[in-house]
Amino acid sequence: MLEFIIGLYEGFLANPAVEIWQDPAYFIQNVAGGLMVGILYSLVALGYVLIYKASGVFNFAQPMMAIFATLALIMFHDKVLFPAIGTGYGLTIVLAIIGSMVMMLILALLVERLMLRPLVNQPEIILFMATIGLYYFLEGFGETMFNKIANSPVPMESLGMEIGPFFVGGVMFQKVDATAAAVAAVMVILLAVMFQKTSVGRALRAVADDHQAALSVGIPLSVMWVVVWVVAGAVALVSGLMWGASAGAVDFGMVFVALKALPVLILGGFTSIPGVIIGGLIIGVGERIAEIYWSPYLGDSIESWFAYILALIVLIYRPEGLFGEKLIERI
Amino acid sequence: MFYREAGQFKASYGTDQAIFPIAQDKWFVLAVVAAAYLVVPLVANSYWYEVILTPVVVMSLSALGLNVLTGYCGQISLGHGGFMAVGAFAAFKIATAFPELNVIIVFLISGLFAAFAGVIFGIPSLRIKGFYLAVATLASQFFFEWWFQQVGWFSNYAPSGTITAPSQEFMGVVISGPSATGVVKYLIGLTFLVFFCIVVKNLVRSHIGRSWMAIRDMDIAAEIIGIKPLQTKLLAFAISSYIAGVSGALFLFLMRISLEMEAFDIIAISFPVLFMVIVGGLGSVMGSIFGAVFIIGTPVFIKNFPELTTASVILVLAGLSVAWLTKYGVWRWVPLVIGVPLAVFVFFQKFASNTAEHIVLMFFGLSIVLVLIFEPNGLARLWQIAKEKFRLWPYPY
Amino acid sequence: MNATARKKANENAETMLSVEHVSLSFGGVKAIRNVSFDIRKGEIRAIIGPNGAGKTSMLNVINGFYHPQEGTITFKGEKRSDMRPHIAATQGIARTFQNVALFKGMTTLDNIMSGRTLRMKRNMFWQALYFGPARREELEHREYVEEVIDFLEIQHIRRQPVGKLPYGLQKRVELGRALAMEPDLLLLDEPMAGMNLEEKEDMSRFVIDVSEEFGTTVALIEHDMGVVMDLSDRVVVLDHGVLIADGTPDEVQSNQDVIDAYLGISH
Repeated sequence: MLEFIIGLYEGFLANPAVEIWQDPAYFIQNVAGGLMVGILYSLVALGYVLIYKASGVFNFAQPMMAIFATLALIMFHDKVLFPAIGTGYGLTIVLAIIGSMVMMLILALLVERLMLRPLVNQPEIILFMATIGLYYFLEGFGETMFNKIANSPVPMESLGMEIGPFFVGGVMFQKVDATAAAVAAVMVILLAVMFQKTSVGRALRAVADDHQAALSVGIPLSVMWVVVWVVAGAVALVSGLMWGASAGAVDFGMVFVALKALPVLILGGFTSIPGVIIGGLIIGVGERIAEIYWSPYLGDSIESWFAYILALIVLIYRPEGLFGEKLIERI
Repeated sequence: MFYREAGQFKASYGTDQAIFPIAQDKWFVLAVVAAAYLVVPLVANSYWYEVILTPVVVMSLSALGLNVLTGYCGQISLGHGGFMAVGAFAAFKIATAFPELNVIIVFLISGLFAAFAGVIFGIPSLRIKGFYLAVATLASQFFFEWWFQQVGWFSNYAPSGTITAPSQEFMGVVISGPSATGVVKYLIGLTFLVFFCIVVKNLVRSHIGRSWMAIRDMDIAAEIIGIKPLQTKLLAFAISSYIAGVSGALFLFLMRISLEMEAFDIIAISFPVLFMVIVGGLGSVMGSIFGAVFIIGTPVFIKNFPELTTASVILVLAGLSVAWLTKYGVWRWVPLVIGVPLAVFVFFQKFASNTAEHIVLMFFGLSIVLVLIFEPNGLARLWQIAKEKFRLWPYPY
Repeated sequence: MNATARKKANENAETMLSVEHVSLSFGGVKAIRNVSFDIRKGEIRAIIGPNGAGKTSMLNVINGFYHPQEGTITFKGEKRSDMRPHIAATQGIARTFQNVALFKGMTTLDNIMSGRTLRMKRNMFWQALYFGPARREELEHREYVEEVIDFLEIQHIRRQPVGKLPYGLQKRVELGRALAMEPDLLLLDEPMAGMNLEEKEDMSRFVIDVSEEFGTTVALIEHDMGVVMDLSDRVVVLDHGVLIADGTPDEVQSNQDVIDAYLGISH
């Protein structure tokens, strides 16, 4: 027993502390790396929060949408392949982005018409399960449609993105990650302005609160839904690109990384944009540090569950996440 | 005409509280069970056992477990595969450590380990609700996935972590492992399924089941009539994961014989089982079986009868167009817009083997959405409606 | 027993519940400020007041759903300042809600049966087999529940899911669920809200019958003054979380503070 406790102490505290003390540069390098991964998590989680805040739907299919949008962009951009037509048209990157967004618009329209509208006023959990259905459908549909271009790289040059490392005060960063961080910052500001300052934002918050009440004051629910899903599609495209860029290639296997965005979501709080940013950073850094310094004690690849357990422990103390709105139950 | 309860008078509350208060229901279910035991072994071949029958009984059991938690107690779980894995690995360890112990007992014991795991991961459910809980249940899934792969002891230090069910004889018949015959494995699975169906049915019609449903429908009011939320939820977690654990053990010993941890991952188990519960009917014992038949049967059907599938896809789409037309009017052409290209697309792909899986994915996705839209209570409710219609037949009302 | 005779009888009855110096606030909002009153055994006690006076909060405090920052509650001689709702239920406090809080997915019968949960003791292993004692227990409780169903005249909706019932019937089922608990103290939160005259009369009759036949102590919130004056033995009046009057209906009716609270003060 005593041995076990000593082992715990050494494995979790003493040995990591010694290692950090001996090589602080390595520690800082890993914190920086973790922050960058965290930004990517935040970007995906942002898509979830956006739809949830704006329509009360927890869209499980968000990462599928990200992959779908990115593959669509690659498909439109690629000179060689366009499976439905056979021969191809090389489109410039602008046209490719437009093409991809048009696809997301069509998707939004279809989702609104065929899924959300018939389910209006249903409990949130039913809508959530419907989006799991959407997740499966998009995966099957996407795999069939983009079969031939799966595993393609993101067209970095056309997007004006650079790859390779750069150094700030001796700490190495990837340019891709820095771009992702900048993009995330811009998006958060844009979304915050949209939610707080515009009438569309106000209408969206009303819709999220109560479908029926929103309808009864004349908010066009279906238009709002399409707007949200298109914006979420844009967020999905951006996050998919960033993510594909840092992973090297885009394919449907990437969705497993997206499952990492879920603990970010519950850690930060479903309704909070700052929450997901900070939650993403916490989880990005936390799992990197845990992986490096605890794996000698716990075993390899604890990254696969660390984020979840961390989020779970936080939730036991704060059931609404770090930044979520606290509900006062009335009866 | 035949399905009438007229003339069946109940003289005591006992008869009124029976599982099947209507005689026809009782006889029908008994007949189905009898057929499953007696007729199926006469007609089925090994392909059927391998691909349909054993998977259906094992996964029905798994879905039944999830239905207790999600359907009756309202706690949505995405980590069911993790608890099944606990059962499978526990059964493997026990069976290899004590080769003399009858596997049936091994199965029942291994469920206890899963129940324990379920209780541990169910504790947060007191404070965490809804989506937060749904995501939090993934913690158990990923944790167990990692643990069983990481710690070699669980797989008896097999390279790549593969576990294989050992063979065992009981009264001269091989009842588990690679050399057991399809019919034996099927009958063992069926027996477990029938037993747990009865147990769950009894629980849900008792005060325990009513407490679960009370928590599901309105947890605050439940607490105010004296239901203890934590105990009630934990009991649901325990029973749900006990059943999951037993089904996990069956999954290893009867269905797969040899597997790695990936067999229990979220895509392979957790989501499909959730789908079974949704499609079959949340809060319905029979629905769990319907759901398993649907989710397991569909891919087999698609792979074996591609032409028939194409035809039925087109038929279903046409039917849906009509349904949409009557229900939502204006945009009636929408299903046609997706349906026709999709059908054509599907037709031209001719189900090359790699895309058949993708078709199945699409089909599952679509069916979930459709079930939620048209019949949120699942196939079990359709069955009810069919009975209601049959009750009046041949008169319209 | 006519109403006056009953009131006489109650005057000397022992105190069942007493609320002493209770204050409750949510953040900066003070819902209840230093309120004290008591409920005697067997009486019908009304709590009235304008909207937002803190009536429902008071009931929530009594059955442990809200935890007051100050003050104590003594129920059947046991003093407490903090408790969980299910413990209040074990001690014998049942209630209904302003917005019906039924279990929508369950039938009327199951809803009322769920009120018996506390009294059902057999564990899950007996229940899993539905055999012997478990079955006998279930049937005994079913009998009691059928009595409640008969009492409330809702036999015809026994097998219907309550989510689909009209509002008036839902309120009745909710009362049935509370009665099935065989409570000592029954808290009714606006039992007649949104009802027409006939339904109100039915409900009033049920409340009186509950009080007389079962001997249950009743505390009720109601806005309809006619109902309050006819039903209740004593009335508490709250306004902005403060107790402004406490006494028999006649006393309260002539109290100047009460008149001001309801009609507003002309300055």
